[in-house]
Amino acid sequence: MIKMIQLVMLDVVKNRTVLAYLLLLSTLSWSVFFLEDSSTKGTLTLLNLMLLMIPLVSIIFSSIYIYNSSEFIYLLVSQPVSRKTIWISLYLGSVSALIVALFIGLGIPALLYLPLSIALYLISVGIAITATFSSFGFLVASAFRDKAKGIGVSILLWLFFAILFDGIILLLIFQFSAYPIEKAMIVVSMFSPLDLARILVLIQLDVASLLGYTGAIFQLFFGTKLGTIISAIVLLLWAVIPFLLSLKIFTKRDL
Amino acid sequence: MIEIQQISKSFGKLKVLQDINIDLPKGACIALIGPNGCGKTTLIKILLGMVFPTNGLIHINGKSINKDDMYRAQIGYMPQIGRYPEQMKIEQIFEMITKLRTSGNNIDEELFTAYKLNEIGEKKMRTLSGGTTQKVSASLAFLFNPNILILDEPTAGLDPLASEILKDKILKEKNNGKLILITSHLLSELDDIVTHVIYMQEGKIRLYKSIENLKTDTQSQSFSKAIANLLKADSHD
Amino acid sequence: MPCRAAYVCIVILTPLSLFATIWNVGTTYKLKKVHAALELAQSGDTIIVQSGLYTEGTLTINKKLVLIGINYPVLDGEKKAEVVSIKHDSVVFNGFRVQRSGYATLDDPGGIKVYNSNNVAIINNDLYDNFFGIYIQYGKHCRIQNNKIKSLGKDEQAIGNGIHCWKSDSLLIIGNKIQGHRDGIYFEFVTHSLIWRNQSEKNIRYGLHFMFSNNDTYVTNTFNNNGAGVAVMFSHKVNMFNNTFSNNWGDAAYGILLKEISDCVMQGNRFTSNTIAVYMEGTNRIKIYKCVFQNNGWGLKIQASCMDNSIELNNFLSNTFDVSTNGSLVLNTFSNNYWDKYNGYDLNKDKIGDIPFHPLSLFAVLVEQNNPVMLLYQSLFTVLLDKSEKLIPSLTPDNFIDESPRMLKIVL
Repeated sequence: MIKMIQLVMLDVVKNRTVLAYLLLLSTLSWSVFFLEDSSTKGTLTLLNLMLLMIPLVSIIFSSIYIYNSSEFIYLLVSQPVSRKTIWISLYLGSVSALIVALFIGLGIPALLYLPLSIALYLISVGIAITATFSSFGFLVASAFRDKAKGIGVSILLWLFFAILFDGIILLLIFQFSAYPIEKAMIVVSMFSPLDLARILVLIQLDVASLLGYTGAIFQLFFGTKLGTIISAIVLLLWAVIPFLLSLKIFTKRDL
Repeated sequence: MIEIQQISKSFGKLKVLQDINIDLPKGACIALIGPNGCGKTTLIKILLGMVFPTNGLIHINGKSINKDDMYRAQIGYMPQIGRYPEQMKIEQIFEMITKLRTSGNNIDEELFTAYKLNEIGEKKMRTLSGGTTQKVSASLAFLFNPNILILDEPTAGLDPLASEILKDKILKEKNNGKLILITSHLLSELDDIVTHVIYMQEGKIRLYKSIENLKTDTQSQSFSKAIANLLKADSHD
Repeated sequence: MPCRAAYVCIVILTPLSLFATIWNVGTTYKLKKVHAALELAQSGDTIIVQSGLYTEGTLTINKKLVLIGINYPVLDGEKKAEVVSIKHDSVVFNGFRVQRSGYATLDDPGGIKVYNSNNVAIINNDLYDNFFGIYIQYGKHCRIQNNKIKSLGKDEQAIGNGIHCWKSDSLLIIGNKIQGHRDGIYFEFVTHSLIWRNQSEKNIRYGLHFMFSNNDTYVTNTFNNNGAGVAVMFSHKVNMFNNTFSNNWGDAAYGILLKEISDCVMQGNRFTSNTIAVYMEGTNRIKIYKCVFQNNGWGLKIQASCMDNSIELNNFLSNTFDVSTNGSLVLNTFSNNYWDKYNGYDLNKDKIGDIPFHPLSLFAVLVEQNNPVMLLYQSLFTVLLDKSEKLIPSLTPDNFIDESPRMLKIVL
């Protein structure tokens, strides 16, 4: 298994897309820190970038990676290696390559320029998003044989979580503006890994008090140890469940 | 050595394999033949675990294959069209597969040397011709000295010289007591090698005989003639 | 410093009080109690109190006296009584430590309270742990200068204001440091007064609280980290120059809250790191001029009830929202401000952007209408909404506009 993961990682690291991703991330994050004079603003800009780039790159990269590795997978499957091992290795290999890129590109500047706790928060949230959207990519690639269709679905999934979901939340808020919906909104935010990640970081920054009463309710939940643990578990589930689904499909699938 | 019991496979409504029951003994060299779309490749893929049968069981050396993936350590497989990661070099492919199969030191580099692959180890898979890719596939199939060899259209795309080298190797391994399963369209190629023949049609086994029996039954001198006679008889039915 | 000030006072007062007596109070003197001195002294006399602890209940000064403490003699109210009551004009009270007044009773006991008296000077005192610090009612021309006023209260109900002025006129409040009270400085019905160079911080409610107080000026004060910042309400003709409002951060905290006020000038003030730098409700003819708004949640929140306010030559830097409003009708003018969010161009090089700036973002409007929308803060969706609104304004009022945005930060 470890050998397999190493093999995949080497393969992914050599991939030019990952290198480009790394360069893009580091260019953006260094320029953010050079341009923004306040660290809160810097964190917010960085958070924005993360929420835009990481999911898009993770989902598209991992699904295309699986499609382009069909030969590799074909070769591996005829060897005495279980499909489970192959799939998990592909996942861990590609995710860890993306995380390495994330850490070098974004993590290092964040650690240098931001307070330690906030930098760690940003990095862990980034890792969680990478893992989640890579899982989505794997799920799409295992469910659709056709590459073009799969990439299309990946982009749609990204659009949904990055943009449409928030549109729906906005509608809900205005639809139910007569009711105290703050607590319900905590639950709703759990349905989008990106919203959850964003709120977790926002709560850490002192902008939280901008959120007014809503923010206070959120602070009461996400600010506590229990809330942090619950949201960490939910983020983890967002990464694990789609991957397990894809694993199930892949191990049962005819090649 | 391989027991195939009541294997069926359908893709949606299409029944590709229907109730296949055969035993493949040790030391046999079996030709798996039949028209296009008869289910040969599917059967092979089922043996390799790439495709899952709708029904039925396969045992190799008495062990069911859907319990343990390690059974594939006993199999060397040469696909009809080898598909490899394009960016990898030949030597990297060999290195990688060797790393994955740590089954023993019993490495057989005869084909690898005969095809002079070591001289072009730096080449990337993307740049290789179909024939060279087939050489890589053949060398990989024999590399780990497996008990079972499954060769899908092995000589297709190989030049006559390479084809001869491969045939010699197959004969040698047959004599070493290995089970060899070959699919091929070119019947004449198999003349000197095969001991048994399986003829498949529309997902069913029409015939499974040893060459001796086949020749006596059809009163033919060569294997290819025997098959030709058989096909004629079949079309008269 | 306080010592020297005390000597200065003596030097100045001595020739004037040729016929006046100086009464010394202290353990080494005949008079051990301040009470005794207060009883013996005649109007125009001076009482000098040596350092030491004096627990004498309430000291009532009802003659024209000068009281001078040497090395901060401690007047302790033991949490039972008002410590010093000044009930005569022209009293000077200088150099004492006044502590532990009675608290939370109906008559609002203070560390030092001035009743219906004019020309009183309260200087260089150290007020510690009192209910009210310095309390002036019906005072004119009183001076409160260089006092340190600190309280430890935590509950808004169990604590009074640092400097509390009621129905007074022409007060001077200069160079005081106030910390930990309910309101740092509280004005109600106080007119023609000057508040200058005070520092008011960490108070539970407001750093400065103005009610029904007209024609006042406050200059170069610092209001830092107060529970709700500063509130100026129901007043007119208040001038606010060069003050700093910072770190008033929290739910419903303001740099300054302006409510029902008119004809005021705010010039050269700095607003840094406040949740809402300036909140305006029902204000008329306020001129906000040459101020800096930096790192605030909201720079200006202008409610629909505001009219004829002008916002001119200010710098808006790194605020989450520069401006927000709950209405669609805009009766206020913006001109010549520098907005760091402006990304227009200046082809004719006159340092004024060629295209107008809309300081109100769509997201700010949505948040104003429905606070939970803030949940979507920094989400890609709202960023896109804002961008598209910038291109084709449809939901934000189109006359909410700075026609002459500056290209460069205004040097102040």
